[in-house]
Amino acid sequence: MSNRSLSSVVKLSILSVVLAFTSNVYADPVKAAFVYIGPTGDHGWTFAHDQGAKYVKEMMGDDVIVTTVESVEENSDSERVITSLARKNDIIFTTSFGYMNPTVKVAARYPDVKFEHATGYMRPTDNISTYSARFYEGRHVIGKIAGRMTETNVIGYIASFPIPEVIRGINSAYLAAKSVNPDIEIKIVWVYSWYDPGKEADAANALIAQGADILMQHTDSTAPMTVAEEKGVYAFGQASNMREWGKNAQLTGIIDDWGPYYLERVQAVKDGTWTSTDVFHGVDSGMVKFAPMNNSMPFEVRNEASKAIIDLSMGAIHPFTGPINKQDGSAWLAEGETPPNYPDLLTMDFYVEGIDAKYPN
Amino acid sequence: MNESLFINIIIGISIASVPLIFAAIGELLVERSGVLNLGVEGMMIVGALLGFVVMSHTQNPYLAVLSAMLGGMVIASIFAFLTQFLLTNQVATGLALTLFGLGFAAFAGRGYTEETIQLITAVPIPYLSDIPYLGPLLFSFNPLVYLAFFMVYLVWWFLFKTKQGLILRAIGDNHDAAHAIGHNVVRYRVMAILFGGAMAGIGGAFLSLVQVPIWGEGMTAGRGWIALGLVVFASWQPFRIIFGAILFGGITILQIHAQGLNINVSAQYLSMLPYLATIVILVSLRMRLKNKTNRTVPNCLGRIFHSTT
Repeated sequence: MSNRSLSSVVKLSILSVVLAFTSNVYADPVKAAFVYIGPTGDHGWTFAHDQGAKYVKEMMGDDVIVTTVESVEENSDSERVITSLARKNDIIFTTSFGYMNPTVKVAARYPDVKFEHATGYMRPTDNISTYSARFYEGRHVIGKIAGRMTETNVIGYIASFPIPEVIRGINSAYLAAKSVNPDIEIKIVWVYSWYDPGKEADAANALIAQGADILMQHTDSTAPMTVAEEKGVYAFGQASNMREWGKNAQLTGIIDDWGPYYLERVQAVKDGTWTSTDVFHGVDSGMVKFAPMNNSMPFEVRNEASKAIIDLSMGAIHPFTGPINKQDGSAWLAEGETPPNYPDLLTMDFYVEGIDAKYPN
Repeated sequence: MNESLFINIIIGISIASVPLIFAAIGELLVERSGVLNLGVEGMMIVGALLGFVVMSHTQNPYLAVLSAMLGGMVIASIFAFLTQFLLTNQVATGLALTLFGLGFAAFAGRGYTEETIQLITAVPIPYLSDIPYLGPLLFSFNPLVYLAFFMVYLVWWFLFKTKQGLILRAIGDNHDAAHAIGHNVVRYRVMAILFGGAMAGIGGAFLSLVQVPIWGEGMTAGRGWIALGLVVFASWQPFRIIFGAILFGGITILQIHAQGLNINVSAQYLSMLPYLATIVILVSLRMRLKNKTNRTVPNCLGRIFHSTT
């Protein structure tokens, strides 16, 4: 260690001692880092996480130092990024399913650092928490709206990668749409990217050409919304309110609100009360919210959607309530049965009965 | 398959192919002059940003397209200065240009992720587009689609039908000999690099002005690299660029439609096909090179030229 850095360490420790005597707050700010899969300007998934990070900064002020790294690919690059963040931070949020293995690996090497992995299920060491939101509850609501609003009875679904979270969304939306419209058909296109506006638009155009008059997306750009607006069909915002890109097209949108959870976790590190947990919140806790509903929706449809939101928030209904069969006809849930989080929901790797599409491998 | 779906597929393929045609035809001319510019992706993304920014401020599509070309040229001029005057390594400089372009566009475009613009829409040619079947197929595209095909023709005409084109090819094949008989190697190469930048700029702008009315960092999503592969795929022959671009773009669109129509194909295998084809062509070129019958790869491709050595 050089003299210069040694002296700055001395200065810092003197400063912290002084601070400890002059105020009651913890002298050292908590260092929190966020790893994002896309750009923060995507107005989708990453945008929503970044809003959460900003919320933490806003609420905790000088008590927290927030670092964010965007557009980190889910390959060995992510392990390098997480490792370098682990050297300098107290808590690290890795906000994509594909960061699961790198997070687990790095966490084993840095036992003093807390890790929070979004949408995954692996917690082999006690410094990892997993958290996710029950977005499938949101998909249940938009599925009901779609089932009522479609005239061609075809929903076009733009999907990213066949991971459990995306599969849950497809199944939930389909079951909800089917419950209000028995003739519903769902067309699914996998674009194998979270963020490629060009390809997402290609997929949206193709689905509309094949008869879909209502689009759902599980990719992060606003491109499908702009195509829906241009072609005069309906769509739903993804992760944030996309009304700006689809004034007529957006019926409502599923909004991810991570802020309160992030604040709670960073505060727990500061208070020394952080423990490894597995969180799976939904509409009830406000982690899943909705964009304002479009005025063009008939009163009854808005009413039905609002009722579904209230029922979900009170836990009165579950989007996956038996009897439900898997696509191959084998039984999944018996009459009245609801699935446990693990393994059924968190590792879901099948379509439900009625979806006429080949499951991707 | 009904008629409108068929036409929609054709239009979809044209939209997926055109950015590739623009970027690849520009790079083809650059490589014909003996320069390898790996910065296509960086020039494309800057074109996409500038086109979008100018469109959102002026609502003038002509100005937007021109600015996109200019943006690509400005980035290309950095490459030209470094490689032609400071004689830096072309591969490293090109890679740096891509990284710089992506980072610069992400930074400069921060304020534009919230906006949306009016797309440049297709203009059906009067009367001709009313012809049954042929009309919608041939005469109802976006003006930039026709421009892309015209540029391919123009580059072919320039390379093989003009004296300057002949000189440019000579420089690409043997810059020392061309220099010895009095041709200005650096001037030709700088012009070629700037042209390549302008084409990559339009290619990028096609994404943000024709395909989707949004700006997002990294929205070129690797298309610059595909364009580079296409030049090899076309074995440096202009018209083969069109064929290759339609193959690359067509596979993207067809696999999307196949999924929607529930036709059982593997998206991943299909997406691999054009790249496999490129590798096969590279290998066959190499074989021909061994037999000394190769007349396609510019001999001086990627080599540094200095007039005193």
